[in-house]
Amino acid sequence: MSIKSALCAATAFTLVTAGGAFADGHSATITIATVNNGDMIRMQGYTDTFTEQTGIAVEWVTLEENVLRQRVTTDITTKGGAFDIMTIGMYETPIWGANGWLVPLNDLSAEYDAADILPAMAGGLSHDGTLFAAPFYGESSMVMYRTDLMEKAGLEMPDAPSWSFIAKAARAMTDRENDINGICLRGKAGWGEGGAFITAMSNSFGARWFDEEWNAQFDTREWSDTLNFYKNMMDDAGPEGFATNGFNENLSLFNQGKCGMWIDATVAASFVTGDDSTVADSVGFALAPDNGMGKRSNWLWAWALAVPAGTQQEAEAKQFIEWATSKDYIELVAANEGWANVPPGARTSLYENANYQAVPFAQMTLDSILSADPNNSTVDPSPYVGIQFAAIPEFAGIATEVSQEFSAAYAGQQSIEEALEKAQAITNEAMEAAGYR
Amino acid sequence: MARAVTTNRKIITTAVAWTIALILFFPIFWTILTSFKTEAQAINDPPLFFNFDWTLENYAVVQERSDYMKFLWNSIIIAGGSTILGILIAIPAAWSMAFVPSVRTKDILLWMLSTKMLPAVGVLYPISLIFVEFNLLDTRLGLIVVLMLINLPIIVWMLYTYFREIPGEILEAARMDGATLRDEILYVLTPMAVPGIASTLLLNFILAWNEAFWTLNLTAANAAPLTAFIASYSSPEGLFFAKLSAASTMAIAPILILGWFSQKQLVRGLTFGAVK
Repeated sequence: MSIKSALCAATAFTLVTAGGAFADGHSATITIATVNNGDMIRMQGYTDTFTEQTGIAVEWVTLEENVLRQRVTTDITTKGGAFDIMTIGMYETPIWGANGWLVPLNDLSAEYDAADILPAMAGGLSHDGTLFAAPFYGESSMVMYRTDLMEKAGLEMPDAPSWSFIAKAARAMTDRENDINGICLRGKAGWGEGGAFITAMSNSFGARWFDEEWNAQFDTREWSDTLNFYKNMMDDAGPEGFATNGFNENLSLFNQGKCGMWIDATVAASFVTGDDSTVADSVGFALAPDNGMGKRSNWLWAWALAVPAGTQQEAEAKQFIEWATSKDYIELVAANEGWANVPPGARTSLYENANYQAVPFAQMTLDSILSADPNNSTVDPSPYVGIQFAAIPEFAGIATEVSQEFSAAYAGQQSIEEALEKAQAITNEAMEAAGYR
Repeated sequence: MARAVTTNRKIITTAVAWTIALILFFPIFWTILTSFKTEAQAINDPPLFFNFDWTLENYAVVQERSDYMKFLWNSIIIAGGSTILGILIAIPAAWSMAFVPSVRTKDILLWMLSTKMLPAVGVLYPISLIFVEFNLLDTRLGLIVVLMLINLPIIVWMLYTYFREIPGEILEAARMDGATLRDEILYVLTPMAVPGIASTLLLNFILAWNEAFWTLNLTAANAAPLTAFIASYSSPEGLFFAKLSAASTMAIAPILILGWFSQKQLVRGLTFGAVK
């Protein structure tokens, strides 16, 4: 074959196969963008049941959380229409709902029982009282601790500990020779990683991101107290390199028996008591700590399903959402995989179910969720909604930069004071550019 | 006069080369090894090298969860299509730059290369809007065009370097024999530059195969290639390293095999013109 004919053949082949993508698609097929975590993957496994019941086929696009966020944000702002359902969180929902980018979910069927959605979740996924996303699962944060190490340290964990108790217990449980760290906490840069943790923690120290005129508050004593307390405790009792640890790194350490305590998402409870954990039999739970100022350091989050405005398959998309976030779906998962594996934190009725009440972390998860109030998250009044974030479009960018400064301070690359000064400047500059100040 | 190479020098050079090669290969080796572990073994500290119970469970889970062949096929079409389209455009461009250069040729070449310095995210919205407008979102055709444009500067540069090695007198002789421009490029220049074109094809195929920004941001369910397949196993909330490693191994296997069989051409392509 000559070069000319080889090139011609290859080009023709490419054009024919490339064009094949146009022919794909089906009138009763919906495309769902979702995040890769255990509950979502489990849901994908039951898709056939939904298709059998409704005749609607489902295409899944599963992405890592940060990639998903970028992908769905691009799609919704450019009206790309690639997805009929998007998995989004409590941060995006009220903002996108206010912009008219999401289809309101105020016409779900009576059998769906929207009133059964936990009020904290419904509130965080609404704008002006209209629900824009249905929670698939919800989470708060709490203390997970090793009961055996706590006992060895001669201490007893209260149901609602204070930060001073946590610091004391962390130092007492630390055993460097045996590679046991008293406490493992997120320090990794990123607004959803270390940024979320330190913001939730700062609430309990009386700090806030903005005053009522949207001025940054990093020059206050409360923020300085938060960061100094965190760093001193982690230097004394945290793992080496904690400044780069996120959820997964800490989960790995805890499951290997290298953490006395871990304060993180309630969804982690099923991991630390699961088959992959070497300490599953000696894990206890407590509320996230407070500092005697009336606010705890727990956050509130939900992964929820929303329908982007402009989708051609609105009815089918809503049908899927009703199915995936229904009581029947919870029953389906429980029947096949046990009550410990049902998506938690979304429905009141789940916590009234005697079978679920027997799951060791169920009550503490509910208590944690109920104690979180996104509309009143700070000791002093603040102009924003959200606990571990401020629900404004600019927050993700600002908080990512700020958390990078904080991580640099945790790693000893700069002082706490320098990090806070930079955070103050970054935030005020961005808020001014955005027209808030 | 050529300098004699001592045995000691040979040993040292070989040892250094092997050390560097092993360091470079280690992440791939570790990924493959991890894919045969359980999730608990994958995070074990100290890390487990060979003393663990080998399992194929991760591959089974990945096969069950994802349509690997669909992703693979998309990767082949997108990487292959963008490379071929790029070559078709780059051959005439490189010919003109190599044999009929203008005073601005060097500037144009540098400008083309400078576009590679632009962060991709900087043009995410304009490209996305163009894709929406032309109904190209989540199509293989759209990705072929975008990846071709991204890699075109490299293709032109490489071909330009090869073409410069070919004496202009040969083309002149063809013209004197009555060859048209089309005949000159197609029947004289291209056959002489086949080794160069082959290595350019291979390198750009690999670059397009590995491209992970546009292939993630411009696809959904239909045109997603293996980069999206890997991304679907990455999670910041949950330990899925073993499954992620299995997915990564399946994604890199075809390109590793291709690279292994074509390493001579690749090395020649990358070093051509470096030593004169």
